[in-house]
Amino acid sequence: MKPFELLDAVALPIEQANVDTDQVLPARYLQKPRANDFGQFLFRDLRFLKDGSEEPSFILNREPYRASRVVVAARNFGCGSSREHAVWALYDYGVRAVIAPSFGDIFFANSLKNGLLPIVLPEDVVADLLKVLVAAPGSRIGVDLAQQVVTAPDGTRHAFHIDPFPKHCLLEGLDELDYTLSQMDRIIRFERLYDVVMPAMP
Amino acid sequence: MIIKNVPQTLLEKIWNQHCIMERDDGQVLLFIDKHMVQDGSAPAFEMLRRRGIAPRAPHRTFSTPDHYVPTDSRDMASITDPEKRAMADALVNDSARAGITCFGIDDPRQGILHVTGPEQGLTWPGTVLVCGDSHTSTHGALGALAFGIGATEVSQVLAAQALWQRKPKTMRITVDGALGAGVTAKDIILAVIAKISAAGANGHVIEYAGSAIRALSMEGRLTVCNMSIEAGARAGMVAPDDVTFEYLAGRPYAPKGAEWDKALARWRELPTDAGAEFDREVFLDARDIAPMVTWGNSPENAVPITGRVPDPAQASGAEQRAAMERTLDYMGLVPGMPMTEVTIDQVFIGSCTNGRIEDLRAAAAIVEGRKIAETVDAWVVPGSGLVKAQAEAEGLDRIFQAAGFQWRYAGCSMCLGTNGDQVPAGKRCASTTNRNFVGRQGPGSRTHLLSPVMAAAAAVTGRLTDVRQILDGAR
Repeated sequence: MKPFELLDAVALPIEQANVDTDQVLPARYLQKPRANDFGQFLFRDLRFLKDGSEEPSFILNREPYRASRVVVAARNFGCGSSREHAVWALYDYGVRAVIAPSFGDIFFANSLKNGLLPIVLPEDVVADLLKVLVAAPGSRIGVDLAQQVVTAPDGTRHAFHIDPFPKHCLLEGLDELDYTLSQMDRIIRFERLYDVVMPAMP
Repeated sequence: MIIKNVPQTLLEKIWNQHCIMERDDGQVLLFIDKHMVQDGSAPAFEMLRRRGIAPRAPHRTFSTPDHYVPTDSRDMASITDPEKRAMADALVNDSARAGITCFGIDDPRQGILHVTGPEQGLTWPGTVLVCGDSHTSTHGALGALAFGIGATEVSQVLAAQALWQRKPKTMRITVDGALGAGVTAKDIILAVIAKISAAGANGHVIEYAGSAIRALSMEGRLTVCNMSIEAGARAGMVAPDDVTFEYLAGRPYAPKGAEWDKALARWRELPTDAGAEFDREVFLDARDIAPMVTWGNSPENAVPITGRVPDPAQASGAEQRAAMERTLDYMGLVPGMPMTEVTIDQVFIGSCTNGRIEDLRAAAAIVEGRKIAETVDAWVVPGSGLVKAQAEAEGLDRIFQAAGFQWRYAGCSMCLGTNGDQVPAGKRCASTTNRNFVGRQGPGSRTHLLSPVMAAAAAVTGRLTDVRQILDGAR
């Protein structure tokens, strides 16, 4: 995982609530190996027509939104299927942060493990951001993970929460598993006691 | 271990019993009892291989292919897409290499993981169970903490048999009263999601309680917990009781002999203590719940079958109005149209939500002696090989086939169409599955979620139908 860097980028507004991971990455690409560029499948059925040409009305196909590296979305973004490919699609396209009032829990966890920062901001703040991004296409949003601050296009700063450990992993580009494996003695000790107390499997 | 003097919820008891250690930021390393692995898990095994790590606890891990298996035969060679075939093959090979028990395509126990797991007695009360599939919430019906995870977390569980988690909030949904005729577990959960919304339980684990939940069979509880994720919940659960214990007793992977007695003593301690507090409480009256059906592209878009397609003009804001108009356009529906006037092209009975034997029995009882409408293509896809065998032993296959249904082999099939079983673009499917998302059953597909008896009624009439009318007619 690459370290998370300071962001100051064009932001894409997604006004629709409950954008599910089937929309972000349709199921028919789930069998593709990770080596693929999943950015080409991002919002595939919204972005492209049946013949493979671009759907001109879809916002990501319009300048200056094409260069978006931040997504601002309505509530419950990434709900539904646990497919991590949805995160890969956003990441491979170049998106590094998604701001929403709430997320699908599994999408949220998957994002943190792949260098994509999910940021929860209050519903009214997100609603205001969406208005600005629609009214002034190409507006930029800043994300400073170290300071835990989002900077709106008008310069307003919004603090956000992130647990210290995933923050550390994102900033340093670390894999959580290394830390987990360093605790293996404790896991094994726990399991030994656990197996004594718990009924045995046949 | 269980602290006696402070009243605790079922979730808190399980959580505390599985806490290996707590990190400075409050996240807990949670011990994982059981790990279910399906045929979409190749990326997770690949992540481990790249790091040179072998799965640590194969005896706690079970696999079966469900997403990519064909349902018209058991011939893996019929998977013509090389990448899909590779996914299905990878599960067999990765399982064999790691020493993981795999119920392969030729094994009668093969099926959808969330059908096979409880059926084999793999899901125990009080345990933590995970799987790289969002509908893992299903297993909570037995009083387990069961939740879906992504590929990276699958690789972490394979490597460590433990997972970092922040303790979820708790929500109790109490459903009291008796369900009316023709109203099922599926209608309860659709009514719940319509009430609290698709984001209503984000960050929460739901405990379902109340007399209507207690009165459900284990299979009904599995249906309710299955769709907890559709309300945004991390997991759903039902406190274990005699229904749970009778369901589990004697199943192949349930505890045996003295271990069973030991288990039972522990499991009886699990239900939420009187006085334990939940972060949120929700109440529903079972008598208010009608057979439900969805009209839109989110499971929260559920209405009673006696209802109508909503009117975007009555939406609360401009964006909501625009979203509803887009949805009605995609779904090909007209505002104000009675739901019972919606004609359908396809019926799908199956999935981890409603692919169990009781679901098939209930649907067959509606279908028996009737024919499906000529315009309808109707399928039954049992949730597992054993469900299929049981149904055949009871003659349900003949009832369905005599009515004009296709009777197929077990798998996820048309719920998400990854194996190629898809609803054609523009066609409308009455489906016992869990998601009506845009393109979920295939690009351009239109899905109406409903119960098995409602799906059977729709198959017979060719339109969305109040199953109670068929029940009344038969009386």
